[in-house]
Order: sequence, then structure tokens, then C-alpha cells
Amino acid sequence: MAAFGWKVVTGAIAAITLLAATGCSSSSKDDNNILIYNAQHEDLTKEWTDAFTKETGIKVTVRQGGDTDLGNQIIAEGKNSPADVFLTENSPAMALVENAGLFSDVDKDTLALVPEQFRPSTGKWVGIAARSTVFVYNTGKLPADQLPHSLLDLQQPQWKGRWSAGASGADFQAIVAALLAQKGEDVTKAWLKGMKDNAIISQNNTAVMKGANTGQFDGGVIYHYYWFRDQALTKENSNNTKLLFFKNQDPGAFVSTSGGGVLKSSSKQENAQKFLAFIASQKGQEVLRDGDSMEYPVAANVAANPALPPLASLDAPKIDPSKLDAKKVTQLMTEAGLL
Amino acid sequence: MRTAVAARADRSGLLLTIVALLLVAATFVPLGYIVSTLLSNGIHDTAQLIFRPRVGELLRNTVDLVVLTVPVCLVLGIGLAWIVERTDVPGTGWWGPIFVAPLAVPAFVNSYGWVSAVPSLHGLWAGVLIATVSYFPLVYLPAAATLRRLDPAVEESARALGSGPLTVFVRIVLPQLRLAILGGGLLIALHLLAEYGAFAMVRFDTFTTAIFEQYQSSFAGAAGNALAGVLVALCLVLLAGEAAARGNARYARIGSGVPRAATRVRLGFNKIPVFLLLAAALAGTLGVPLWCIVRWLRIGGSKVWDMADIGQSLGQTIGLAAVAAVITTVCAFPVAWVAVRSTSRFARIIEGANYITSSLPGIVIALALVTVSIRWLPALYQTAATVLAAYTLMFLPRALVGVRAGLAQVPVGLEEMSQALGKSGPVTFFRITLRLTAPAAASAAAMVFVAVATELTATLLLAPNGTRTLAMRFWSLSGELDYAAAAPYALIMIIASVPVTYLLFTQSRKAAGV
Repeated sequence: MAAFGWKVVTGAIAAITLLAATGCSSSSKDDNNILIYNAQHEDLTKEWTDAFTKETGIKVTVRQGGDTDLGNQIIAEGKNSPADVFLTENSPAMALVENAGLFSDVDKDTLALVPEQFRPSTGKWVGIAARSTVFVYNTGKLPADQLPHSLLDLQQPQWKGRWSAGASGADFQAIVAALLAQKGEDVTKAWLKGMKDNAIISQNNTAVMKGANTGQFDGGVIYHYYWFRDQALTKENSNNTKLLFFKNQDPGAFVSTSGGGVLKSSSKQENAQKFLAFIASQKGQEVLRDGDSMEYPVAANVAANPALPPLASLDAPKIDPSKLDAKKVTQLMTEAGLL
Repeated sequence: MRTAVAARADRSGLLLTIVALLLVAATFVPLGYIVSTLLSNGIHDTAQLIFRPRVGELLRNTVDLVVLTVPVCLVLGIGLAWIVERTDVPGTGWWGPIFVAPLAVPAFVNSYGWVSAVPSLHGLWAGVLIATVSYFPLVYLPAAATLRRLDPAVEESARALGSGPLTVFVRIVLPQLRLAILGGGLLIALHLLAEYGAFAMVRFDTFTTAIFEQYQSSFAGAAGNALAGVLVALCLVLLAGEAAARGNARYARIGSGVPRAATRVRLGFNKIPVFLLLAAALAGTLGVPLWCIVRWLRIGGSKVWDMADIGQSLGQTIGLAAVAAVITTVCAFPVAWVAVRSTSRFARIIEGANYITSSLPGIVIALALVTVSIRWLPALYQTAATVLAAYTLMFLPRALVGVRAGLAQVPVGLEEMSQALGKSGPVTFFRITLRLTAPAAASAAAMVFVAVATELTATLLLAPNGTRTLAMRFWSLSGELDYAAAAPYALIMIIASVPVTYLLFTQSRKAAGV
């Protein structure tokens, strides 16, 4: 038995190695391929890339990661970066790469599809979708008259141990970046200190929503679409909760712009620009309206999914997306002991 | 004639020694990198990043976790081993492999099982629970093997001299289990320091989860490296503590003859409660994750079996794991050769160095390789070569254990005879040494294969573009709380690990029979 056993194992490993080796060699470099560093949701980008490949025949490879780590990675890679396109969920990482001087200009026709508030004035990248900050709360634990009036309220002692956020995620860090841009460093520092005392840190937005739903805490700061997606599907993680939109240009009413840009170092500028043009086009934006991502379209005059409150009704603070400072936010959050 | 053969043997020995030395030096690249960045960041800045409240919190969390989990695992592992090996509980033949089987369930899959069964699970106690159900077999396995081998004569003498069963257990049996206790305990403690996915899922912060968060926020920034430095220091403290506690006591049986099998304790009326105890342990360890996976598979129905996605992930996982298994096992040969065939102080150093490397968490190795490759070896950056290098560094010690045991059993006389008959070193190696060590090498390779197939952190940081291994897909889907879609990936990872778990079990039996 023992002798038979090892022969089988050796044989299997040899066969598998051979298979793997041949498998690797067949996927040789295709010049028509583009590589996307993708921090957007994997499934949304997949919908985009599938439609794009079908229309143009250009194949797309995706490296999945978070906004900030991919942004910093591109900077570390510099002109050797293998990436052609960078897509994010939020704008701070786009600003990071833009400030490092690593983006090409986006084609004028593509920029023209997107209203000014969803792109930087420099034209180095373009907005591709938008998402609103919300407070998701457990309706059983938090009556309407006890809801916070502002995101800033959550630093008060009465909120100790009652709210949650996904502190390590780019989503939450974009909200902090907006707070920093809107209210300055002192207010942000004080708020983060209050957060350190009060908040229960979750892995990500989905976990915050789930925790609020099961009543582990009263509520949490997330983006709107997590809730609408769950409502559209099983409601399993949101049926005990509601959303509070802060409005009033509160820091908690911040609308975050997802961005896309073409890297200067890319040797496939034309295909990369084609891809950005595609997702900003009517067809690309309709994916946001008709698909199950529940993010807001920003371009080509495509309306949002009818389940969502209109973007214009959210009364978001006006913040230049290229002014959001990811590095400073990481530093402040590290100082506050949140990272 | 004799001198020519000896000289040739010496020459090939020297060559192997140099190769082994280079390999061991390579294993120090990550450690060296972390230390050098900490120094080059300036003492002041580094001190600021290390001596801050957050590090204190992480330290407390991590220490609490180790201090609570290791004893619980020891009690559970040794208790179960004693019941299974030494009592007449019903189904003794079945229980043996059952408590090794949890090793086939990756810790982050266990976490997934428990979190979907008890959604509010979080914090320190959740960490302790998940770590215990995932890692107690690391004590159970050596404890059961030792109990099997123990000479019952000593215990019987103690009994005859009037000691009660409890005294016999504490004064005779437990000291004999010291190696199993220390070795298993150390292994568990090191796993606790390195684990990422399982603790991230239950919101329990350790150094490893915090390093990962820093990486997500700043990609190999100074703060992440500072945390990695503290984590390395913790590992070294554990290693030193274990080495000091091990001492030089003797455990082998002295005198001629073969030990008999021990007579099993008759449980009598306690049979049923003890049986229920074992059943409860089974339900808590294997039952929860398997039940949850089956439940999610049923809820998800056929649409979670996206065969294109699963097939691609499976192919990539098998490819990476197989290549890593071969490379790592090949690399283990020269190091094992030096460790087995040489009694010099150099051989001891190589063995010791290997322990230090094996204690480095994957995240530290990955963090170092990301930065080293991006700065100095851009051609290797983000290629399969880098991630394979990380796997080799991480899992070389596992391969080494197997290969070394195999090499130790090859009679040197056979090799010498072959060389005396005029065969060259390589021919001798392939015809004699390799043939005789092949079973050990195959099990070493299989061990590495499974470790790679379920590896998460290094793969997340280093994998080539377009890579989506089973573990990566599982992690991304379960992170989005799409537990149903994650279930097929969890199931496949467990199935892939079963053969090696079985191998571990039979090996431990064999070792006990020696």
C-alpha cells in the first residue's frame, strides 16, 4: 500500500506539473490585450470587460486589489508598471497616481461625456460611477428621533460602542478624505479620535451592514449600494435596517466618484483609451442602470436605477475629487490608532 | 582507489554544502529586508511607529490569543488522544483518523463555517474558538503517536507501587508527552501569529491582520514594515522559549525488547458520557464547517457552480501548487543532505536557521518580496517566479522534515559501494539515493502542494496578474458575504487537502511503530 501510494502521488504531481507547464506556455503575450488594475467591484468590472471584449475583440486581464494599495503599487512601479488602465471605487487613489504624474490625458471625447463635478479639472482621469455615503441603522435599536444629525455627531461619547465602519477599506478612507478636504485637519483628527473611542471596526462595508442588521451595533457608515443590492436580492443582510442620508451638504452626505485613467507608461494607449471611452459611453453607463451594481451612472445622461433616490436629491457637499488626499488620510488614521 | 572515491565524495559533498548554504542564505532575505528597512527609516521614525498605542493593543491581543489558545489546544489534543488511545470507548478504530481530519479544513474556512452559524461571533473568544478547532490536531497527532509508543511497563510499575491513575498520568505519562506538548504548542503559537483570514473574518486584530490593513492602505509602507518587525521579534521569543523549555531530557526507551501495547482503561458506566464528549468534539471541529458548506451549497443550488470560474481557479491553483511542490522538494534535498550527513556545527546552524525561517509569517515574506522585486529585480516582479519563491521560502521547512527523514534511512554503505564501483556522484544519487528517498520526497511534495493550494496572504500580495486561485476567490466572495457562492471553493479546498491529511495520519502511525 505504501509503495503504491507514493508512486501514485509522484505520478500525479509529475502529470500535473506537465499540464501546468503547457497551460502556462499557451497563454503567451497577446499584443491586443490590456491589463487593468481594478479596485472597482470585481463583478461590475467583469460586466464592463465582457461587453467591451465582445464589442472590440480586445481582451482584458484584471489584477484585483484595493484602491490605495493598487494606487501606491502603481507609484512604486513607476514607469515599469505593467498596467494599462487603473479603475478605482473612489477618487483619492486616482489623485495619488495623478499627483505622481503617471496618467496620460484622457481623450477629450470621453471627458465630454462626463459632467464637471465627476472629473478632475486636469482631465487626467475620468469619473465612471458614483456612490453616496449613508448611515445604515437597525430600526429596532435606533428610533428615528435618536438618529445622528451629522456624521460629526458620531464622535460624541453617547455613541460609544454603537457604530461601526470598515476602517481599513478605501471606501471609508475616501469619506475621511472628504471630511479632511471639507473641514480641515483639526476637525478630522478630533473626529478620528472620537471614532477610535466609539467605533467597532469591521472588515468592510458588507460586514458593517450585516452587523447592523443582526443588532451587534446600532448602525454604521457605508455606501448606499451595499444596502440596495441586498434589498434587490435576498434582503438577508439588511431586512432589519434602513438608510439615513445625511443631506445638507454634511460630510456624511459625501458622494464619492469612482475613477478610471490610462497610465502614461502603457504601450497600448489606443486600446486603453478605447476602454475608458466604452465605460463612459451610453452602453457602459447603462450597465450601471440595468445591472445589479446599484452604483450611480455619472456620464452620458444615463438615469440611475429607479430603486435609488436621484443623485441630485442627496445634497452632497461640493468637493473637487482631485483634492482628496489618500496619503494624509492613512497617516492621520495611523496616528489615531485605527490602522 | 579508496582516496579517489573519498575525494570525489568530498567534492560532491562540498558542492551540496555550498548549495545548501546559498539556500539558507536566501531564506534570510525577508528577515534581512525587514531589519534593514527598519534601520534605514531612521531609529527615531521607526521607534515612533513601534512605540504607539495601536502596537500595544495588537501586542495584547496577540499575546492573549496565544496564552489562551495554546493551553486549550493542549488539553483538548492530549485529552482526546488519551481517550482514543487508552480507553475502551466505542469505535476506537474510527476516532483515530477523525481528530486528524480537521487539518484538512483551512482555518479561514473554519471561520466562515462558524461565522455563518453564529453571525455575532467576533473578538478574542471567537479567535480562540476558531484557532482551537483548526489547530488542536497539531497536538493531538504527536500526542496520540507518543501514547501509542509508550512502554506501559513503567506505568504498571508506578501502579504497583501504589500510585492512583491520576498520579500515574501526571507523573509518568505527561512528562513523556513533553516533546509533543512543546513541539505542538510551538507550532500552534506560530500559526496563531501568522493567521490572517480566520481572524479578519471574526474582527479580531492581530499583527498579521494589521500588517495586511497597512498594506491595503499604503502598499508596503513604513508602518507595515514596523509591525512586521515586531511580529518577527515575537516569533523569535517563541522559538527561544521553546528551545529553553525542551532541555536535554531523554525520552527513548532503554534496554532490550519491544514495548507491549498498553491495556486500555475500562470506562464502564462512563462509556456513554465519554463517547458523547468525543462526538461533541467532532461536531465542533469538523461538523460546523462541513454542515455550513453543505447548507450554503443547498441554498445556492446549481447556479453557484460557475464551472468556467471554478475550473479556471482550480487550474491555476493546481498549477502553482504543483510547481511549488516540485521546486520546494528539490530545494529541500541539499539542505537535508547536509543536516543528515554532517555532524558539524555548520549542520546545526543550518537546522536552526531553518527553524527561524519557518517561523516567519507568510505576510512578512510577501511584504519583503514585493519591495525587493519591485526595486531590484523588476523583471521578476509580479511574475510566477516571485510567488513561487515566496512559497519555497515559506514551505521549505515542511518539505525538509519529510526529505530529511527519508535521507536518514538511506544506508550510506550503498552509496559508497556504488561510488567504489565507479559510478559517478549523480548516477549514484539518481540510482540509489533518490530511489530510496522517493516515498519521503513524495509525501513532502504533497505537503507543500496542500499548503500552497490553501495559502492566502502571500498569494494575495504577490500573484501574477490575472491569477485567481481557489483561496483568492473564496476570500473575495466570502468577504462580500456571498457565502453561497464561496461554498464550492471551500469544498474543493477541503477535498484537495484530504489525501495529505490521511498521509499525515498514516505517517504518525508508522513513526509510532518504529
